[in-house]
Amino acid sequence: MNAMNRSSAPAPALDISGLKKSFGKAEIIRGIDLSIEKGERHAVIGPNGAGKSTLFNLITARFPPTSGTVSLHGQDLAGLAPFQINRMGLSRSFQITNIFPAMTVFENVRCSLLWSKGYKYSFWHMVARSRDLTEAADAILEQINLTNRRDLPAGVLSYAEQRALEIGITIAGGADVIMLDEPTAGMSHSETDYIVDLIRKVTVNKTLVMVEHDMGVVFGLADRISVLVYGEIIATGKPEEVRGNPKVQEAYLGAALEAEH
Amino acid sequence: MTEQATTPTNLRAGRISTLSAAPWVIATLFLLAMPFIFQSNSAITIMNQMAITIIFALSYNMLLGQGGMLSFGHAVYMGVGGFFCVHIMNMVEDMSLPLPLPLLPIFGGLFGLGLATIVGSFSTRKAGTVFAMISLGVGELIAACSIIIVAFFGGEEGVSGDRTYGLPFFGVEFLQQIEVYYLIVFWLIVSALLMYLFSRTPVGRMANAVRDNPERAEFLGYSARWVRFYSFCASGFFAGIAGGLFAINYEILTEENLNLTQSGAILLITFLGGIGFFFGPIIGAIVFTLLQTVLSLQTELWQLYVGALFVATVMYFPGGLAGVLMMHVPAFRLGRAGHLVVPYIITLIPAIIGIFGLCALIEMIFHLRHAPLGESEMTLFWTTFDSHAVVPWLMALVITVVAFAIMRRNMPTLRAAWHRANSLEEESA
Repeated sequence: MNAMNRSSAPAPALDISGLKKSFGKAEIIRGIDLSIEKGERHAVIGPNGAGKSTLFNLITARFPPTSGTVSLHGQDLAGLAPFQINRMGLSRSFQITNIFPAMTVFENVRCSLLWSKGYKYSFWHMVARSRDLTEAADAILEQINLTNRRDLPAGVLSYAEQRALEIGITIAGGADVIMLDEPTAGMSHSETDYIVDLIRKVTVNKTLVMVEHDMGVVFGLADRISVLVYGEIIATGKPEEVRGNPKVQEAYLGAALEAEH
Repeated sequence: MTEQATTPTNLRAGRISTLSAAPWVIATLFLLAMPFIFQSNSAITIMNQMAITIIFALSYNMLLGQGGMLSFGHAVYMGVGGFFCVHIMNMVEDMSLPLPLPLLPIFGGLFGLGLATIVGSFSTRKAGTVFAMISLGVGELIAACSIIIVAFFGGEEGVSGDRTYGLPFFGVEFLQQIEVYYLIVFWLIVSALLMYLFSRTPVGRMANAVRDNPERAEFLGYSARWVRFYSFCASGFFAGIAGGLFAINYEILTEENLNLTQSGAILLITFLGGIGFFFGPIIGAIVFTLLQTVLSLQTELWQLYVGALFVATVMYFPGGLAGVLMMHVPAFRLGRAGHLVVPYIITLIPAIIGIFGLCALIEMIFHLRHAPLGESEMTLFWTTFDSHAVVPWLMALVITVVAFAIMRRNMPTLRAAWHRANSLEEESA
């Protein structure tokens, strides 16, 4: 699969090859090759402890890999700082809600717009007077249905609202590769449906990489699914193919049962 | 602004700026009127010191409050700015250069900025303990240099200059304190306004973001280190301006202006005033300067009381004095602040009496132990008595205990009133 993608002309949005990560003696990620096309919605699923979050953190350079490479639009990400990767067009959310709780909802979104709108380290603009910022931030709030919470401190929002805000912050900068780490973790069914709809809406024409515990959540959303078990991808393919794969059924169910014990 | 004021967004922005301009106008008028209310020379001296401390404290809060950087060596930027200004003063006098005195603080600012650029280039890599330790180290280093490099810092005597060096500036020679007052007030308003505006710029907003959540800020495209660096440099600049004004006001700088005691004092002032609000350090600087100048005339133990006040603030009111004030805003908005008046009176008056009683006991112990032999008479709260007799001790003790007991008894009333005044807000929100 990898070789096929390399031969075609445009570089894949995200290309992972031979990726390994050990913490001390424990090898958490044991050699992953994965290529994600532009505009694809890709979900990485797996039972608890499969290494999903570690993989996610390796891709976004939160941790350095033990070996292997990750490249974004054909550019190697090794040694880059998070802010550099973000400027190359990759934006991520966090499994544990990671917003600016003391700021208002509006300010949270506005902060995430500043760099991409070209304000950078400016100390000669007044943010409140920059119409483009205000309008863009209000548009994002509209998209994530938080307009009525605009001027509240983000910390007082409900859990589901905070998750929606987290997604809003992640997409606001206009990155073309969006990575979401278990966006529906800890949510009720109706909240999950709501967030999945939201994700579908805000990632139109973007590349989405999403880590998820529950296969059901991503089934209608993802174009392709990869199944991660014990640090290895055991299957990648269209949702139906993956679900029908006996290896996946066995491993996923087995590991899930094991994790419960 | 007027031709844009058609869209709702701009209407909102316009309204906010008129509203936020009001405190500045009031503050300016107030500062201009102050010398007419307090005319004595000593009052003007206190006000000069206050204004300089306000600039210094505001610049410190750019680090601590806005940027989340706890510095233990901020006095060096003010001190170095001040030393350079004294040298410039002397140089200008020797060579009769045409540099008007009112512009001198800019040079203080530039030297503060220069030093902050150098130190910030390595100290802002991390916030938290690493930053705090580096600031402490640099503070100690420069304080040590000030004793070693006598040519620049003047050793123990420091360096002194003469602010009346040049030609009069539009007829003003800066011979009198009152002229210096208006010079300082000008720089106070300019600096405070610029520091306030800085907090509204992209880099100022991101300073808050980096303070609260550096990792998230990095994943939004901002280098936490650069954001800190810019705040640090700006802070050094305004500290340097305060240093320049100090040089003009006192015409002398010594090692005391940049040592760790001074750095500790500005941390205390800023925290006492409250780091969560822009005006917090202003309150802190005013209160501290008053304690330092007025209270120190009353008692030798003033630093003990300031220390106790600081500890109490950290423990019970981490938002500082500004935080205590702002705590009452919800009750005011609900129009229920009136319900707090009586509970406050019945709790705070005994509390104040109790604190005075406690202070009396402390002062009596101090007098008993440290007064010259044979001198047993002391004066406290306009009363003269014998500190070796039993009756005054008993009285002070009884007053203290009874006052605190009444305070304790009335505390639940205040708590209940507080709850009533604020709980409505929850229902309506």
